[in-house]
Amino acid sequence: MAQYDVVIIGGGPGGYNAGIRAAQLGLKAAVVENRGTLGGTCLNVGCMPSKALLHASELYEAANKDFATLGIEVTPKLNLVQMMAQKAESVTALTKGIEFLFKKNKIDWIKGKGRIAGAGKVEVTAEDGSVTTLETANIVIATGSEPAPLPGVTVDQVRIVDSTGALSLPEVPKSLIVIGAGIIGLELGSVWRRLGSEVTVVEFLDRITPGMDTETAKTFQRSLTKQGIKFKLGSKVTAAKTTKSGVDLTVEPVAGGEAETLSADYVLLAIGRRPYTEGLGLESVGIVPDKRGFLPTENFRTSAPGVWAIGDAILGPMLAHKAEEDAVACIEAIAGRHSHVDYNLVPSVVYTAPEVAWVGQTEEQLKAAGIAYKAGKFPFTANSRAKINHETDGYVKVLADAKTDEILGVHMVGPQAGEMIGEYCVAMAFRAASEDIARVCHPHPTRSEAGRQAAMGVEGWTMQS
Amino acid sequence: MADIMTPTLGESVTEATVARWAKKPGEAVRKDEILVELETDKVSLEVAAPSDGVLSEILADEGITVEPGAILGRVTEGAAAAAPAAKSAPAKVEAPVAAAPAPAPAPVAPVAAAPLAPSAQRIVAENSLDASAIAGTGKAGRVTKGDALAALEARANAPAAPVAAAAPREIHAREERVRMTRLRQTIARRLKEAQNAAAMLTTFNEVDMTNVMALRNQYKDVFEKTHGVKLGFMSFFVKACIHGLKQVPEVNAEIDGQDLIFKNHYDIGVAVGTDRGLVVPVLRDADTLSLSGVEKGIGALGKKARDGALSMDDLQGGTFTISNGGVYGSLMSTPILNAPQSGILGMHKIQDRPMAVGGQVLIRPMMYLALSYDHRIVDGQGAVTFLVRVKEAIEDPQRLLLDV
Repeated sequence: MAQYDVVIIGGGPGGYNAGIRAAQLGLKAAVVENRGTLGGTCLNVGCMPSKALLHASELYEAANKDFATLGIEVTPKLNLVQMMAQKAESVTALTKGIEFLFKKNKIDWIKGKGRIAGAGKVEVTAEDGSVTTLETANIVIATGSEPAPLPGVTVDQVRIVDSTGALSLPEVPKSLIVIGAGIIGLELGSVWRRLGSEVTVVEFLDRITPGMDTETAKTFQRSLTKQGIKFKLGSKVTAAKTTKSGVDLTVEPVAGGEAETLSADYVLLAIGRRPYTEGLGLESVGIVPDKRGFLPTENFRTSAPGVWAIGDAILGPMLAHKAEEDAVACIEAIAGRHSHVDYNLVPSVVYTAPEVAWVGQTEEQLKAAGIAYKAGKFPFTANSRAKINHETDGYVKVLADAKTDEILGVHMVGPQAGEMIGEYCVAMAFRAASEDIARVCHPHPTRSEAGRQAAMGVEGWTMQS
Repeated sequence: MADIMTPTLGESVTEATVARWAKKPGEAVRKDEILVELETDKVSLEVAAPSDGVLSEILADEGITVEPGAILGRVTEGAAAAAPAAKSAPAKVEAPVAAAPAPAPAPVAPVAAAPLAPSAQRIVAENSLDASAIAGTGKAGRVTKGDALAALEARANAPAAPVAAAAPREIHAREERVRMTRLRQTIARRLKEAQNAAAMLTTFNEVDMTNVMALRNQYKDVFEKTHGVKLGFMSFFVKACIHGLKQVPEVNAEIDGQDLIFKNHYDIGVAVGTDRGLVVPVLRDADTLSLSGVEKGIGALGKKARDGALSMDDLQGGTFTISNGGVYGSLMSTPILNAPQSGILGMHKIQDRPMAVGGQVLIRPMMYLALSYDHRIVDGQGAVTFLVRVKEAIEDPQRLLLDV
C-alpha cells in the first residue's frame, strides 16, 4: 500500500489547488515544494506581487495626474521602500493563507526538491541535503515555468533583470528597456513608467501582445503610447553589455538594416516563459519532453502510467487560472471522475491601465478558420460610468457566429476589463448567444453595461451610441 | 454517493426515455439490482444499481429524455433503508486509480429541466415552438439560440405537417387511448420515412422448395449432431440472397444525396417479431459464414430479441433485410424497405400447389417470394434478376456450393 494516493510536485496554483481538490475527494495527498513558501511563481514572484505594484503605482499616478481634475490638490511623494514592503506583506499573507488551507485539508507539505525516482516514487531532497522517498499511487507534475532566456542577454538580477528582479528594483530607474512586448513586460513596464521611468519596449514581432486580437492590440498600444511608453517593434536584441551605470543593448531591425545601441539604467528581459521540467527524473519513468520542454499529455496523463502533469509544464496558456483548472480536472480524473478543461474558455487579462481582457477566439482566428461571424463593439466613451470616472479609453467587442449568434470571442480594453470578462466566460461556457447577454438586465451605471451594449451591437441594436 | 448513469446507447442513438423506476427514493438497493428501465428508439435497456445502499434521489423521472452519461439518480452507499437520504459527508472516493480508463463523455443532465436561454425563449415564444422537442446542444443539454433557430428552420423546411399533429381527438365510450411506446413510434416513423423517401415497388416470383426440403430432410440429423444447431430454411435464403446481391450490387447499395454508396459487405437484417414490436437484428458479414454459422447467428439474435437484450450495435448497419411473413401464414405480401437499404426480401408460407412440371401436373411445395426495392437505384431488370437468382439457388441448392 502506497503511502500517498497522490504526490504533487510543485506548490504553485496548479499544485496547491491539486492538493486541495485531492483532499476534498478523500485522497491522501502531499505537495512537494522547494521554495520556502507555497504559492509558486504566481504568489511569490508573479501575478500577486506585480498586481500589488500595479495597484500602488496606478494610484500614485492618479494622485499625480488625475486628482487635480477631480478637485483634489496633492503632491504625492513616492516611498518605494514602503511600496515594496506592502507588496511583501500581502504576498506573505497570501502564502500563509495557503499553508492554512493545507492544514485545514490535512495535506502534507514536503519541503524540498522533488524528483521522480521510478514508478510510484518521489525522492525529495531537503535544503539540508537529506533525502526522503515518498511512495504514491499517482504523481502529478506541477512544476510550472521559469523566465525564458535570450542568447546574448545574461540576466544578472542587478542591471539586467527578469520578471522576478523587476518586482524588487532598489530604485526607480531613470530609464528602463523592456525586451518583449508581452503581458509581463507591459505590466512591469507600466509599473516603472508610472513611478517615473522612461520606458522603451523592444519587440521582435511587428506587433505587441501576440495572441491578442489585432484590433484590440492596436488600441491597447495607442493607450500605452499616450501614457509615454515607447515601442520599438520588429527589433531584435543581439547583445547586452552591462556598464557601471547601466546596460548597452545592441538592437537590429528584424527586417535587416543598421544595428543601433540603446542604453538604459536597467533592462527587463520578458520574452516569455518556458516549462520548468529539467532535473525532474522524467527519464526514470520514460517521459520525454517536447523540444520546448513541455510534457506531452493526453487529458493530463503523461506517457508513464500513474504520472500526470498540469499547468505551465504542459501545453496550453501559461496562466495561473489555467493551471488551477488543470489541477481540478486532473485530480478528478485520478479519482475516476469526469474531467475536462476547455482551453478556448480560459480568459487572458493584462492588468495595465486600461486593462485588456479577452476570452474565446480573435477575429484573426475566426477568419483563419473560415467561420462567418458578426461583431458588436461599444466604446467606453459612450458608457456613463466610464465617462463619470474620466476613464474612457477602450471598448468591448463581442464576436458571434453569423448564423447561430453563439458568442465566439470577447475582447475588452478598459478599466476593470479583467473583472468584466467573467460574465462572458460564464456565457460562453453555456454556449450563450450575443442576444442572451443583450436581453439580460445589467446594473446602471456600470461598465458592465458596455458589455451588454456591445452584445446588442452584434445584431445591430446597440442603443446607447 | 454513487451516481446512476445513463449508459452508452449505441453509435447513432443519442437519447433514451426513462420508462420505469423499479424503486422509490429511500428504498434499499443492492449492487447490480435493476433500478430503472430506459427505452430508446430501438431497444429497451435496464440500468443496475452501481452499489449497495439506498436510492437517495431520482434526477430523471419517468418520461424524461436523457442522453448517454446523464445522471439518472443517486445511490447513497451503505446507508440503511430506514434513514432517509440525508446529505452525508463529502463524497468518499474509492481506491484511487493509478491508470484509470479513459474518462466517459461529459455528463449531460436531462434536457427538459433546464430553463431556456433568453434568446431561445424569444424564438420559442415568437414562433410557438415546442421547447421540449428541441434537442439542446448547450451545457448539460440546454437549448441554445442556435438550437432554437435550427428547430425553426427545420419546421420551415418540413413537408406539410402530418394530419396527426392536430389536437388529440376525444375518446368515446368503449375506446381506449394508449401511448405508443418509443419503439412503436420509431417503427411508425421509420416505415413512413422509407415510404416517403424511396420509389418503392415490389416484384414477385415463386420458388419450388422440393429440392431444398429434400436436402434438409436428408441431412438435418447429422447437421444438428455436427453443428449443434437445427438446419432451417433461413440459412439457405440468406446464402441465396448474398449470391443474388453479389450479382446485382445495387440491391446492396444505398442513396446518399446525389451519390450511390455500394457496400462490399453483406450484413443481413433478419426481421424478428417480439412482444414489443418488430425488430431487425443484423447478421454481420453473413457472406463469410457457413450455413451452420448463419443458423447459429440467427438463433442467437432471435433469442436476444425475445429477451429484450439486443444492443444497439445488433440493430445497426444492415445492408439488406429478409422478412419472413410465412411464419404467420402469409401467402403473399409487399414488405416495406428498411431505410436506407434498397432491397428487402419477403419470404412466405410454403404451400403445396399443383404445378406444371415437364408436361405433368405435380404437387409441389411452393413459396411466393417478394422483393420490394427502391426503383431510384435498382432497375426492374436488376430486381427481377436478383429474385430469379434467389429462386434458382433455392430450387437447386448445389448452385450455392458451386457459386454459379
